[in-house]
Amino acid sequence: MKPLQKVAASILCAIFVLMVLATFFLPAHYARQFRDIPNAGPSTAHLLGTDALGRDSLSRLLYGTRVSLLLAPAAALLSTLIASLLGSAAGLLGGWFERIVLAATDLSLALPWLFLLLVVRALLPLDVPPLVSVVIAFLMMGLLGWQASVRVICAAARGVRDSDFLLLARSSGCKPARLLLRHVAPNLRPLFYAQFLISIPLFILTEANLSILGLGVMEPMPSWGNLMRGLEDFSLLSANPWRLVPLVLLVIVVMCFQLVLPSQEVTQ
Amino acid sequence: MIRRVSAVFSLAIALCSPAFVAAQSAGQSGGELHFCLHGEPKTFNPLLVEDGQSETIRYLTGGVLIRLNRQTQALEPGLAVSWKVSEQGRRISFRLRSGLHFSDGTPFISEDVAYTMKALMDPQLHSPTGDSFRSGEGQIAVQTPSADTIVVTFPAPVAGLERLFDQVAILSAHSPKKEMAVLGPFYVADYNPGSYVLLRRNPNYWKKDKDGKPLPYLDSIRLDIQRNHDIEILRFRRGEIHLINSLDADLFDRLQKESPAAAHDAGPSLDSEQLWFNQVPTAAPPDYKKAWFRSTEFRKAISLAINRADLSRIVYAGHARPAYGPISPANHFWFNSALPAPQYDSAAALRLLARAGFRFDGSTLRDGLGNRVEFTVITSTGNKPREQMVAMIQQDLSQIGIKVNMVTLDFPSLIERITRTYDYEACLLGLTNSDIDPNSQMNVWLSSAENHQWNPRQSKPATAWEAEIDRLMQAQASATSDKKRKADWDRVQQIAAEQQPFIYLINRDAMSAISPAVIGSAPSVLDPHAFWNADVLRLGPDPSLGAQK
Amino acid sequence: MIETKKFTSLFRLALRRLLFLVCLGLCGALVSATLVRFAPGYGVEERELDPRWSASSVEALRRQQALHQGLPSFYFHYLSALAHGDLGESDSLKRPVRELLRQRLPVTGNSVLRGLGLAWLAASFLALLGLASRGWLFEASATAFNSLLLSLPSAVVAMLAVHLRTPVFCAIAVVVFPRLYSYIRNLLLRAYDQPYVLAARARGLASRVILCRHVLPLAAPPLLALLGVSFAISFGAAIPIEALCDSPGLGQLAWHAALGRDLPLIVNVTLVVSLVMLAANFFADLAGRTFAGSAP
Repeated sequence: MKPLQKVAASILCAIFVLMVLATFFLPAHYARQFRDIPNAGPSTAHLLGTDALGRDSLSRLLYGTRVSLLLAPAAALLSTLIASLLGSAAGLLGGWFERIVLAATDLSLALPWLFLLLVVRALLPLDVPPLVSVVIAFLMMGLLGWQASVRVICAAARGVRDSDFLLLARSSGCKPARLLLRHVAPNLRPLFYAQFLISIPLFILTEANLSILGLGVMEPMPSWGNLMRGLEDFSLLSANPWRLVPLVLLVIVVMCFQLVLPSQEVTQ
Repeated sequence: MIRRVSAVFSLAIALCSPAFVAAQSAGQSGGELHFCLHGEPKTFNPLLVEDGQSETIRYLTGGVLIRLNRQTQALEPGLAVSWKVSEQGRRISFRLRSGLHFSDGTPFISEDVAYTMKALMDPQLHSPTGDSFRSGEGQIAVQTPSADTIVVTFPAPVAGLERLFDQVAILSAHSPKKEMAVLGPFYVADYNPGSYVLLRRNPNYWKKDKDGKPLPYLDSIRLDIQRNHDIEILRFRRGEIHLINSLDADLFDRLQKESPAAAHDAGPSLDSEQLWFNQVPTAAPPDYKKAWFRSTEFRKAISLAINRADLSRIVYAGHARPAYGPISPANHFWFNSALPAPQYDSAAALRLLARAGFRFDGSTLRDGLGNRVEFTVITSTGNKPREQMVAMIQQDLSQIGIKVNMVTLDFPSLIERITRTYDYEACLLGLTNSDIDPNSQMNVWLSSAENHQWNPRQSKPATAWEAEIDRLMQAQASATSDKKRKADWDRVQQIAAEQQPFIYLINRDAMSAISPAVIGSAPSVLDPHAFWNADVLRLGPDPSLGAQK
Repeated sequence: MIETKKFTSLFRLALRRLLFLVCLGLCGALVSATLVRFAPGYGVEERELDPRWSASSVEALRRQQALHQGLPSFYFHYLSALAHGDLGESDSLKRPVRELLRQRLPVTGNSVLRGLGLAWLAASFLALLGLASRGWLFEASATAFNSLLLSLPSAVVAMLAVHLRTPVFCAIAVVVFPRLYSYIRNLLLRAYDQPYVLAARARGLASRVILCRHVLPLAAPPLLALLGVSFAISFGAAIPIEALCDSPGLGQLAWHAALGRDLPLIVNVTLVVSLVMLAANFFADLAGRTFAGSAP
């Protein structure tokens, strides 16, 4: 591994460990409002200051890190599963099925997915606990985010289908199920892992985008995107630079993910 | 030669300078005022106006018979020199100004007023302006005895009749330009959809200032269509726009730090934010929850347990006042000053709940059947103050053991839940009140009406106090004097305070931003806050820039 | 002879595919119509909350909304009107959709093309510079810069663009550039490491000649494919960025239509967006497959 990759990997591990340990040492509950000190600066009691309602920013950041870093891989897993199934089926079967899958992929990118998210939020029953609604939000992202990986997996599956060893296996009378399990899957599995790892930073960014628009994780539960809604006020940032910490953390984590992973094809 | 030229030159300057100085000190005549609309205007027909942007354009271009002075809150003659209300609010007769012309030159006569009123009261036309006059079934009768007098007779008495004419912009009956021919200070010169609306000075405007100079002073007004509030304030800071009619509290504070002269807080406005519980008997929530929401003690306890002072201090940075009733203290005449002030007392709330059969074990509240008291508040997405208020209410109510969940929904879904499916438990929304006269809230307080949010469209009043409010509303609508109406409304406010169907939270302040380059502005609590006197506004040199604009 | 035969068969294939794409676009439009129609909040107006309306006015308002209720009839009317070139009228803005699209599409097209151009220019320039220098410092800093840009959420980029008062196409360029740069760089590196290119370098040919005569023809097909994909990416990125920057383009229209449940508008905007994305990806595929034989 190149030295840069080693540095990135160690940063990621450190953040992960910090996040796990921190849940036992949260300075204050993330929703508790200290109403005498809204918008306060850093102090001994509140290391990163407080937000507009007087909630401790450090606690919210740690809890939000937990939300984003644990749920983004879940969403990535779901989307990679869907993409793998669709992509490999398309690549292996070929012909019109492949064309339809690829066309459906392009089409679903054009659909108003923001609208879909709005609709899902509106359809949820009202007495759903906040944690469940957060999980559902990430699952929705997973269900809607599979398009990025499908093309890559489809191309790889096509390559496997046209390969010599598969031809040999088929001509020796191998049954389709065994063919899939013994020959195709092991060849495609590294690609699935790679796509899964690549999707994680993408979903972290997607969640941030959605929460800034107000469609992601609902208050009072914090997440990185939620915490960045306060960035709209740029003039205050020069006076309160500690407000940038969530953005800086997000950028560092996503950068580390990208440096650790192998470079990939252009994905959307 | 050179000396002569320079002598002439300096003489010329000497002669011009007093005029120059005078012009500078009086403010430039002319100039173009810039500000923003928060969306596309849906119509230029003043009779069909429903949204805020079309209303802004109607205010600036429409000529009205009676104008409500936003600052003094008194009625002033507009196109009508004098008027008389008779038959207990059923008939009004106007004497109009003579010799006036529309912006395209068409003469203004009483037939135009008759045409406007008949079009407004056409039963096929559905507009808020027209509906405000509809107090009973039947057609209106309009008589025009002469070119400058007109008598309008309504089928039933209309409460606050004169004030309603502030919303009626007179259309021309004969002009080929139809609704684009106007009697107001400006007319619509250009409209670029998605971009801007340009209003130009109406040369035929009737008003003159005290020196006899024709108004308005401005040459034109340019209204840019700008939805994003942050971009709007950015443009204001850069000097691209001259005023922002209504500011949010956090933007106001931002601005006040940078340019204190530009930020104006006119005091509490008529707008309120309120929380209410779903009391519809056939609604989706389970029966035990519906029983809580219908219990007066429960609602009063919730109202006592909410810290309104903190809401106004933290969410609105002090630019709001705790509210307790449907009428804001800014409404001097109609506000019932005998009402008790809102209190914050969790202990009293718990006592009230104990009386209603709830039990508090130190951390959770349970009702008589043992169910944990928990409900969900829905509110609109994208409105940060509302989301913050619900977050604060969550903490306040957790101190008496009640768990509150928050769900933000986009507006169409929200409205569907509160007006069609009734699938919600509690809702937090705001009411924008543009009218001082509380008669405009008739459809909120009548139990059979649409906007009786907690239990709309009742076939007969569900509770005794709602029946009482119905009786009072009918009484005030046909009352003969304002004093009688005020007595009725005082009683309505008292019942609302006792029963808390709406738990009023705060009354926002009317905050606006006006550049120092605008001379003559006088921000008011009534809408439009910053430009209600657009016809006497002028643009002058901005003292902060030290140069002419 | 064989060349013209190949060309005509290619042409016919392209035509058939384009027809397929158009049908697919229409499918997408109808799917979004179904979504909107059955979404909660359809047929409900914010105006209903205004207490000044009388009961009969509210009834009239609701009756008006009910006119759109039948979905199959909506499909039928929409498709038959489309055949005549009439795209219907927007419910919330009360103007013909065709006129709205005609005003907004050039704005979006302008931002997308300029953003794409800027991103390609910057990416190619930086990639070529990297090839020329090949030092580790340059590579490390370029990679770091690239990762940084890739890690910024596009909403934050849009907010920055608003605050720094840069035009919308800069925000689009910032979002697209990092994806282009890494791909172009890898492509050029692989091309430069081909045996015959190495041989040309060993023979001492000028680097300009190597670039133009040997590397570019090799890299051209995947670059063309990339062009198509990057167009689709920038068009997709333009929509939320425009909505956030409040630029009067297609993005703001789409956002407004979604929030207002404006059925005719959403259907047509989805049609346009899906046609553009499908066409861009189709040409990318075509370019990739046509020159598949000569790809590295």
